[in-house]
Amino acid sequence: MSAPRSQPVNDTQLDSAGLARRLSQTWATPKGLWGALTTVDHKIIGRRYVVTALIFLALGGVLALLMRWQLARANNGLIGPDLYDQIFTQHGSNMMFLFAVPVMEAMGIYLVPLMIGTRNIAFPRLNAYSYWLYLAGGLMLWISFALDMAPDVGWFAYVPLSGPQFGAGKRSDIWAQMITFTEVSALAVAVELVVTIFKQRAPGMTLQRIPVFVWAMLVTSFLIILAMPAIMVASTSLILDRLVGTHFFNPAEGGDVLLWQHLFWFFGHPEVYIIFLPATGMISAIIPTFVRRPLVGRLGLVLALIATGVLAFGLWVHHMFVVGLPRLGESFFTVSSMSIAIPAGVQIFCWLATLWDGKPVMRVPLLFVIAFLVTFVIGGLTGVMVASVPFDTQVHDTYFVVAHFHYVLIGGAVFPLMGALYYWFPKFTGRLMSERLGRWVVSLVFVGFNLTFFPMHILGLEGMPRRVYTYSEQMGWQSLNLLSSSAAIVLAAGFALFFIDLLRSLRRGEPAGENPWNAATLEWATASPPPSCNFVHIPVVTGAEPLWENPETIEVAEGLRADRRELLVTSLTEARPVARESSPRNTIWPFLAAIATTVMLIASIFTPWAMVWGAVPLAATLIGWFWPKGTPEDES
Amino acid sequence: MNKLRHALMVLLVIGVSACEREHRDLRQDPPVSAALESVATMPNGIAGAPPDVYSALNKPFASNAYSLNQGKQLYSWFNCKGCHADGGGAAGPAFLDGWWRYGPGLVSIFASIRDGRPAGMPAFKDRMTTDQIWELAGYVQTIGAYSGKTAAPSRNDEMQSRPSENRAPATVSVNDP
Amino acid sequence: MSLARLATGSLVCLSCTACAGWQSALEAHGTPATGLLHLTWLLFVVGALVWICVMAILVLALRSRAAISTQATATPDTRVERRLNRAVTGAVIATALIVMGLTITSFWVARVLSPESSSPLRIRVRGYQWWWQVTYLDARPDRTFITANEIHVPSGRPIVVELSAADVIHSFWVPNLAGKQDLIPGRDNTLQFTAREPGTYRGQCAEFCGLQHAHMAFLVIVDPPEQFEHWREAQLAPGASPGGTQEQQGQRVFQSKACAACHTVQGTSAAATVGPDLTHVGSRRYIAAGLLETTRGSLAAWIADPQTLKPGTNMPMVPLNAEELNAVSAYLVSLK
Repeated sequence: MSAPRSQPVNDTQLDSAGLARRLSQTWATPKGLWGALTTVDHKIIGRRYVVTALIFLALGGVLALLMRWQLARANNGLIGPDLYDQIFTQHGSNMMFLFAVPVMEAMGIYLVPLMIGTRNIAFPRLNAYSYWLYLAGGLMLWISFALDMAPDVGWFAYVPLSGPQFGAGKRSDIWAQMITFTEVSALAVAVELVVTIFKQRAPGMTLQRIPVFVWAMLVTSFLIILAMPAIMVASTSLILDRLVGTHFFNPAEGGDVLLWQHLFWFFGHPEVYIIFLPATGMISAIIPTFVRRPLVGRLGLVLALIATGVLAFGLWVHHMFVVGLPRLGESFFTVSSMSIAIPAGVQIFCWLATLWDGKPVMRVPLLFVIAFLVTFVIGGLTGVMVASVPFDTQVHDTYFVVAHFHYVLIGGAVFPLMGALYYWFPKFTGRLMSERLGRWVVSLVFVGFNLTFFPMHILGLEGMPRRVYTYSEQMGWQSLNLLSSSAAIVLAAGFALFFIDLLRSLRRGEPAGENPWNAATLEWATASPPPSCNFVHIPVVTGAEPLWENPETIEVAEGLRADRRELLVTSLTEARPVARESSPRNTIWPFLAAIATTVMLIASIFTPWAMVWGAVPLAATLIGWFWPKGTPEDES
Repeated sequence: MNKLRHALMVLLVIGVSACEREHRDLRQDPPVSAALESVATMPNGIAGAPPDVYSALNKPFASNAYSLNQGKQLYSWFNCKGCHADGGGAAGPAFLDGWWRYGPGLVSIFASIRDGRPAGMPAFKDRMTTDQIWELAGYVQTIGAYSGKTAAPSRNDEMQSRPSENRAPATVSVNDP
Repeated sequence: MSLARLATGSLVCLSCTACAGWQSALEAHGTPATGLLHLTWLLFVVGALVWICVMAILVLALRSRAAISTQATATPDTRVERRLNRAVTGAVIATALIVMGLTITSFWVARVLSPESSSPLRIRVRGYQWWWQVTYLDARPDRTFITANEIHVPSGRPIVVELSAADVIHSFWVPNLAGKQDLIPGRDNTLQFTAREPGTYRGQCAEFCGLQHAHMAFLVIVDPPEQFEHWREAQLAPGASPGGTQEQQGQRVFQSKACAACHTVQGTSAAATVGPDLTHVGSRRYIAAGLLETTRGSLAAWIADPQTLKPGTNMPMVPLNAEELNAVSAYLVSLK
């Protein structure tokens, strides 16, 4: 349906109120189901991602509580081996693929366009598609769990246990295909973020003026683009071995069991930095606001992000220190694993210096930052410990490693995420979360987390391996396990309170203005929640802390159309305006393409012909997606 | 509303059948195992009626992935390969060609393994439990099946000597030049 | 039910002298475990000191300041900036030095703990789902023998364990004596250790290998060298002939029922290798890979219903009547 071919309406022709009205019409998402299925607004999609990821977090947390209940007593008969194996596989896969990476992406999808002063993310229809694909993968995994046929081979699914001979049924195929769903989704978002950050920044936002959170999302996106293909190769090879009869991982026919481990961990190690780096970006966004001074060592922070990203690809063999690789090769990975502590240290010391010189305002987001610093440093130090090959031969695959990675993932990613949600909730919804409840949340979560996971370091050194559904009384592990399980209830209470606060504040939170924290970055220069066009006028940036440098008024760019969706493309380094680019309208085709992809991928668990026949509807939906529709945006 | 209910029913059926393939029964109750023994074969030993309890269990040994995988392990542990190779046949007859001397029914295969057959097939009734014989029979049936089965196990992690059970129709003959 | 289990569990615990601590990296009784324990303490102390320093800086950084102004500054004092930058740089250099030191220490420890040794005792361990096949190698083939789930070694002599896997990846880990090494299908790995003094240590599979990964344990019993030789000679002998009538009946049941189809007892017609070698099962402290102490009752319980005790195990539930069960368990416990 084409717009009437009348005179083009520029934003210079309208007054402020008229422009706001016209732009909100142009960029609007209609209410109701149709609007929800067709929207390409990054804020709606970002919110959707966050909500879905938090639901998966809650479900994964329930699984964790079940595991802790089973392990609270020796020889506990609550959960048998088959169900327990499904539970820990589901817990790990859900937390890593369905919660941690998507929620960090989601914060990027929502915040990056706002922080860099543009109207929408690049490739908005791909953004919509990626969400539906992620949802489909998550639903597939959880429905399989509800049907007692969830994968039961661990979240890293080592062959030959997950292979054709020992992995009975379709469980491991479901795991492998869930990987495909979530990785295609993540790749799509990564590509969008890179293009958005490189090409759509506000005029004047040179590389030095890009907020550190945006830098973190940029490095993370490159990590995703370079690491995800490895696991897609791995999971595809696994499906081929299981379904078609190839021999990638079969030593008797020239394959290699270790090939799986190399491919998986080449992805698996950058994966944890994909989760961690956005969290460091969030910390870098929260600290300046709550100590009221810019970051110390901004350049160092950015270089540390890039160094971490590059180094992250050189560590993967530290997950394989006990498979019998040559000592010389392993030593290289000890060096790289230990040396990644250095850029992490740079970041921590820069933050500490900022805290030192600033005037801290002890609100909930900053309390989460403090919880992060206390916890993540412990996790990082145990990481340095396990980087040593001889030490790792004792603690690999024991509860020591379980403790380590929960310290770095919960301490290093979930605490910053919770702080970030408290911080940006007013921007997402226009209401503040409760300061009082927030303090309870921090306390319960911090105390509960440390009491749950610290004993696991000792349990690992005392000989308790991972992934055991029970243990005998003779081992002497019961008291620490009971402590850990009891404390898990406190941790769960903290999370429950967090969800309660989120839901409560949606309705009854104190209304927040544009900038309740008096923060410096551009997302706080627009209404809370932002209008559908993000900014009525694209701001022009002259420094790294735009709202602190220009507290009263901010310079803006003019000349964009108001009657069709248009945004500004700027140059890579200096962010000089280069072109006006049109942005797609709402469309149902990404949703339909996601359905076609889902059908194709799920059917391919059962027959390889699904890839052939499933490509037909997918091609049809892609043709529909790209067919010019005669809208004003197509003319430009 | 009717359409929604219809769709939910379809999903439920798919779900339940999926359950069947993936269900893992680690321990059969002893009375059930004993009842699985009572197969009523025809006088010539070819085909017959399965025990009632087999239908009551929803015919697991032909459609349950875990049993079929266990059957595959039993095939190698009890040295079926010694006479039947990987289905291509050696001293004993081939399974891959889809020709069943005593009929393709599961009951016949069970009776063959349990009681032996003239001309060389030993009886395994004292060497394997009834459940194991059923699992093995179910697996052997997939070797000679006429189309690939979703629940069937896939190839071994060994030297390749036959196409995998979940892909092959039985008409592949590995001995053809 | 659970009360009974708790009671038996505590009885077992009281009777067992080397319990808690018999599968612990914190109680080292051999090389390389001792060296690894020293390294553990070093890493812990360095880590703890670093954490305390960082926390001290954090606490000091958060102390409240005098003037609380709501106005945020965009351009702070350059002199302060320079000082802070220097502090950060200093901290980063200190981090790099500590990391370098730990790396070099790690390399040195790895080198020191893997010496070449002469005339080690060679043992081949093959991992199955969910038990361990142990083969004692010897230059003379007639002096090799196979056992399961229990390894005896002489104290003071280097032991080389050759690791292979029959099905999926397992991991051989006896923390009191050494770090772990994986058993990978298609790969030959080795592990070397030397036990210092006699004792009994428990090991467990440390790579998830399926349903009963949690119950795949083994014992390493370190004997004085003469006692080890005595044990070795006993293991080389064929299975004990059954003494009384019940044991003889047990042997008949063993050979005629499904038992002989999977297990070996040297000196009888039972010679299958699907399950563990039972020639000297009565002399082992545990059955079912560390699940139950070897007694006549536990053997009967295990044979009567293995799936309840170890769900998913490959041992089937062989239908024996009470008399047969009694006889077989008497026979097996007599196989010392």
